[in-house]
Amino acid sequence: MVQFTLPRNSTMSEGKTVKAPAGARNIKRFRIYRWNEEDGKNPVIDTFEVDLDTCGPMVLDALIKIKNEMDQTVTFRRSCREGICGSCAMNIDGKNTLACTRGIDEIKGDVKIYPLPHMPVVKDLVPDLTHFYAQHASIEPWLQTKSPEPQKEWKQSHSDREKLDGLYECILCACCSTSCPSYWWNGDRYLGPAALLQAYRWLIDSRDEATGERLDNLEDPFRLYRCHTIMNCAQTCPKGLNPAKAIAEIKKMMVERRA
Amino acid sequence: MSDMRTPLSRVRGLGSAKTGTEHFWAQRATAFALVPLAIFLIASVVALAGSDYETVRHYAGNPLVAIALLALIGAGVYHMRIGMQVVIEDYVTTEGPKVLSLLANSFFAVLVGLACVYAVLKIGFGA
Repeated sequence: MVQFTLPRNSTMSEGKTVKAPAGARNIKRFRIYRWNEEDGKNPVIDTFEVDLDTCGPMVLDALIKIKNEMDQTVTFRRSCREGICGSCAMNIDGKNTLACTRGIDEIKGDVKIYPLPHMPVVKDLVPDLTHFYAQHASIEPWLQTKSPEPQKEWKQSHSDREKLDGLYECILCACCSTSCPSYWWNGDRYLGPAALLQAYRWLIDSRDEATGERLDNLEDPFRLYRCHTIMNCAQTCPKGLNPAKAIAEIKKMMVERRA
Repeated sequence: MSDMRTPLSRVRGLGSAKTGTEHFWAQRATAFALVPLAIFLIASVVALAGSDYETVRHYAGNPLVAIALLALIGAGVYHMRIGMQVVIEDYVTTEGPKVLSLLANSFFAVLVGLACVYAVLKIGFGA
């Protein structure tokens, strides 16, 4: 059954507080989820008082400042710091987003930071995305053709290329899938909005010749039809994409090929 | 990780069931049918409010009304069954209780449907 309460070893308690340096005037409190498998303890919420006068504008800037100056054990993923790699996806102020594109001034009160919801945690803000990536691999996200290879490239008209807009921009940060209640309850079998958006990206690619096989692979009460149009995916996507619409389009293709 | 299966093997699982579209379509088709049928039912109940038993019996015995009521029962009960099926599949993940819940759901829907149909036919044929 679905668990609506946290298991005993996941309940959180208050952790330590690291004060801002004396003389700091523009202080913002960052409350960060901490968990380390190796110490065998339950997760705690640590509080870090950050002096915003000596900190960059984004939540990721504050996290890096905390790691550099206050506690080197704070663990999180980051790379590009400009919203293109998807590494720093986490739950900030109750919403899944990228720490690098979320401004500190957009958040009222304390900044609460948790790992992406409902995923196994490796440490602190780092979720285990192994299953999520395997789901992406399962939709075979590459061009599949039967026709003999052309001498040069596979050609595509401008209008067909435009159909990929709003799909190819996905950076696989997992914000959408981990915001989806259906994915929380049935993520083992439901592919989730990110993988399905990618699936649709290949379904409508005019150069691809495996549309039927791709639809066969998706036609399943769990893989596709666990989407109940809750729309959290579209609400939370830090790139402004609409996975719910892509899923609806796949369902339309399923109906279309039957009648 | 207690077993040594690959992540992809876990995702691929038992493979695609190659079904679900009919269910998806039936849920929308019955929902669509239920809009006029439900309006008809509400209008009938409002119009008959305060009427005596004989008047209601006479109204429900009209063939057109009886057929509309049967259509409402059919669409409504089927819609209820497949809707509840999705809720069970969503929230009951243990295989045994899931199968039992799905069976109970189907039996309940059939029983409710048969009881309603029986009542309409009994009035319709004046038995």
